[in-house]
Amino acid sequence: MKALSRVYLFLIFLFLYAPIAVLIVFSFNASTTMSRSVWSGFSFRWYSILFQDQMLLDALRNTMLIAATAAIVSTVLGTAAAIGIFGMKKWTKRVVMNVTNLPMVNPDIVTGVSLMLLFTFAARILGGSLGMFSLVLAHITFCLPYVILSILPKLGQMNPNLFEAAQDLGCNPLSAFFRVVLPEIFPGIVTGMIMAFTLSIDDFVISYFTSGTTQTLPIFIYSMTRKRVSPEINALSTLLFGTIIVLLLLINLRNSKDKKPSRAPQMEV
Amino acid sequence: MKAKSASFPYLVWMAVFIIVPTALVVIFAFTDRSGKFTLMNLEEVGQYSNVFLRSIWLGAIATAVCLILGYPLAYLIAKTRARQQNVLILLVMLPMWMNFLLRTYAWMTLLEDSGLINRALEGLGLPAMHMINTQGAVVLGMVYNYIPYMILPLYSILTKIDGSVIEAAEDLGANARTVFFRVTMPMSMPGIISGVTMVFVPAVSTFIISKMLGGGGNLLVGDLIDMQFLGSAYNPNLGSAISLVLMVLILICMGIMNQFDENGAMEGGVMV
Amino acid sequence: MGEPAIVSLQDIAVSFDGEIVLKDFNLSIGDGEFVTLLGPSGCGKTTTLRIIGGFVRPDSGNVFFNGKKINELPPHKREVNTIFQKYALFPHLNVYDNVAFGMRIHKKSESEVRATVHEMLGMVNLGRFEHRNVNLLSGGQQQRVAIARALANNPKVLLLDEPFGALDLKLRKDMQVELKKIQKQTGITFLFVTHDQEEALSMSDTVVVMDKGAIQQIGTPQDIYNEPKNAFVAEFIGESNILDGIMREDFLVEFAGRNFRCVDKGFTHNEPVDVVIRPEDIDIVPPDENHLTGVVTDTNFKGVYFEIIVDVQGFKWMIQTTDYEKVGAKIGLAIQPDEIHIMHKSEYSGSFGDYSSFSDEMDPDALPKEKEDV
Repeated sequence: MKALSRVYLFLIFLFLYAPIAVLIVFSFNASTTMSRSVWSGFSFRWYSILFQDQMLLDALRNTMLIAATAAIVSTVLGTAAAIGIFGMKKWTKRVVMNVTNLPMVNPDIVTGVSLMLLFTFAARILGGSLGMFSLVLAHITFCLPYVILSILPKLGQMNPNLFEAAQDLGCNPLSAFFRVVLPEIFPGIVTGMIMAFTLSIDDFVISYFTSGTTQTLPIFIYSMTRKRVSPEINALSTLLFGTIIVLLLLINLRNSKDKKPSRAPQMEV
Repeated sequence: MKAKSASFPYLVWMAVFIIVPTALVVIFAFTDRSGKFTLMNLEEVGQYSNVFLRSIWLGAIATAVCLILGYPLAYLIAKTRARQQNVLILLVMLPMWMNFLLRTYAWMTLLEDSGLINRALEGLGLPAMHMINTQGAVVLGMVYNYIPYMILPLYSILTKIDGSVIEAAEDLGANARTVFFRVTMPMSMPGIISGVTMVFVPAVSTFIISKMLGGGGNLLVGDLIDMQFLGSAYNPNLGSAISLVLMVLILICMGIMNQFDENGAMEGGVMV
Repeated sequence: MGEPAIVSLQDIAVSFDGEIVLKDFNLSIGDGEFVTLLGPSGCGKTTTLRIIGGFVRPDSGNVFFNGKKINELPPHKREVNTIFQKYALFPHLNVYDNVAFGMRIHKKSESEVRATVHEMLGMVNLGRFEHRNVNLLSGGQQQRVAIARALANNPKVLLLDEPFGALDLKLRKDMQVELKKIQKQTGITFLFVTHDQEEALSMSDTVVVMDKGAIQQIGTPQDIYNEPKNAFVAEFIGESNILDGIMREDFLVEFAGRNFRCVDKGFTHNEPVDVVIRPEDIDIVPPDENHLTGVVTDTNFKGVYFEIIVDVQGFKWMIQTTDYEKVGAKIGLAIQPDEIHIMHKSEYSGSFGDYSSFSDEMDPDALPKEKEDV
């Protein structure tokens, strides 16, 4: 039984990691023919080409810019929203939460086309065209529910008297919020912000419909997959993957120090 | 309390970027190019019922495979020691941080006729298999991309099951098999439901996986919508109608799923 | 209440979602007093506290502090501090910073803060815990930090909302003694909320018994115990046998089919009344013509005394005695005139005071522990 379960674990993880291993291995392929399955020796050449590809670097810059903006704006807006929603009456709360859940429940493609309709409509009236601005708006929109849902449980866990205790000791409501409530829900805010950032970096479907001619990294990759993907993309994703692993290790170290494993809110959906 | 006013900016945002766009989809679905009311678009959607059926069929198979493969894995992980659990769960989530287009692209490398798997078969003296551009490849792509969404909620509910409940069942004379089917399984129902929902929705509406692994012959609803908005068949009205039907279908599916969840334990889900 | 009132509530009415929580509520609290609001869950005692703290605004009526109307004053500007039910210590601050919180808000110098924190922690015997994480303290220790934190703010009135609710019995007793000591030492007015009658009787100068959003009786612990105003108070404060009676004339009451001498007067002729006799005030005598007689139906050993249930003509009495009586024994009940307490009839008449459905687990404190009113 024990051996059987080990074999099972091994097979599933083989399935999960085989393609990633292939990607990483082929990022070091010396091949000049761009063949995706012929190994012709070890080299770093795709890594050096990567840093000279202006289109790709632009896409990377756009992606980072959008992710940072979307993460910050959705965190600020979402934190305020969570506090407001938490204080709402049961019925109002239910309505607001149902609408909030809509972008998470709806297929991405439907969210994407609905926002595309809005942006093209607005562009026709106000002038301008789809691009960085519409991308940022779209990303904030789909990040918001995740931020709100990672903060709400923290508010629920908080002793409801804390806010009152601070006022009782002489804080006005605003300073009571900053001195007592904010530190309490801070882990939720950080989780929400990290989720927003990673969701934004990874998003293809919604960006695809709201980007106009602007390229983000996933869109750039998509346009390449329709022809042939240059191994420099393998190189780039290897680098990104490495960064993510380092970040996760750091977060995990911090969490195990706190002894409070913060479950990703998506598991609670 | 004044706290409620903190959510005001968000409520405005929600109205502009969630409610208005959804309303636009509905309006477009019921109008023609000149903006007149029509049911034409919805009638036209009927012509694509085979595409809808294919999407639902492939999505359902992928969801079933995810559940069959994912449940034992979640169960095994939940049974290991706490320290090991965190590592294993991290390993399940890690692939999600690799861009999914690239992961799918990697499968092309593996599956194509002269790809790595066929080369390996060749090396072993076995006959090559045709795998790319089949429905099987599409299902494989779906399973690969969405299986973490199945494992995570299952794992999280399985770890929450109180050990003493299992002991109580054993105490009352249940053997391991009975314990699993009469206690563990029913108690993990909310996890199964949220896992199924989280896999089925993106699987039904995907349009990249079918394009990359299914070739041209296995068109799905997502591809259909893509074609109406950014593709050759430019027709946002028809596209909206298809989106609307897809959205309604998914809401109905989720409504049915929620019926299974007797305890209503699924938090944060749809309560439409 | 000879002292000048420091807090007074005038004609207060509060309701939440159409449900009346307090009505026609009048109370004034003298400076330096230890006042306890006593009542079952949902009687409005916590709401009363929150009105004084500034967290609930009454629908009508006025709140006065030192003679000044403070209806509109926000909590942070009131010279009262609260000890919350679950302590509400700030989890992100250590013991020292928790206690220093209020003083820092009030921009006291750090040296003054340090001196006060030391003094307060010394007073609650937590001198060596300054740098502890508050989440790792025991319930009793957290309670002490909460007290120190509130007192460090030098309040005129300290409001305590069931502060010992989460502590075990032994700790509870210790904390009661300690809190009473602190109150004497500081001279601060304490307004204490509890549903535990023993706690209320042993600590307070004045007890306010509440039920259904209204005050049932205000008085010293002795008054409340010995001269309950109605059946609710009699029943809530300790065990009572409550019988229907008729006041034949001054100092003569009829109940259980007999006339008894008593010490009460001033009732109208032949007025129907409630008669209260405490279980410990009944003496057991050999059964004879001159006494009520009954059959023992139940005997419980309680440590210091036996609690026995006696059936007298169908009415079940409770008697607390040091003499053991067998179930089935026939006994006589002797009651002295000054052990008989007469009350006017009230809405509570008939709902308490008969032990026919008595079982050992029945305990007014063990009523369903619903959440205390907001």
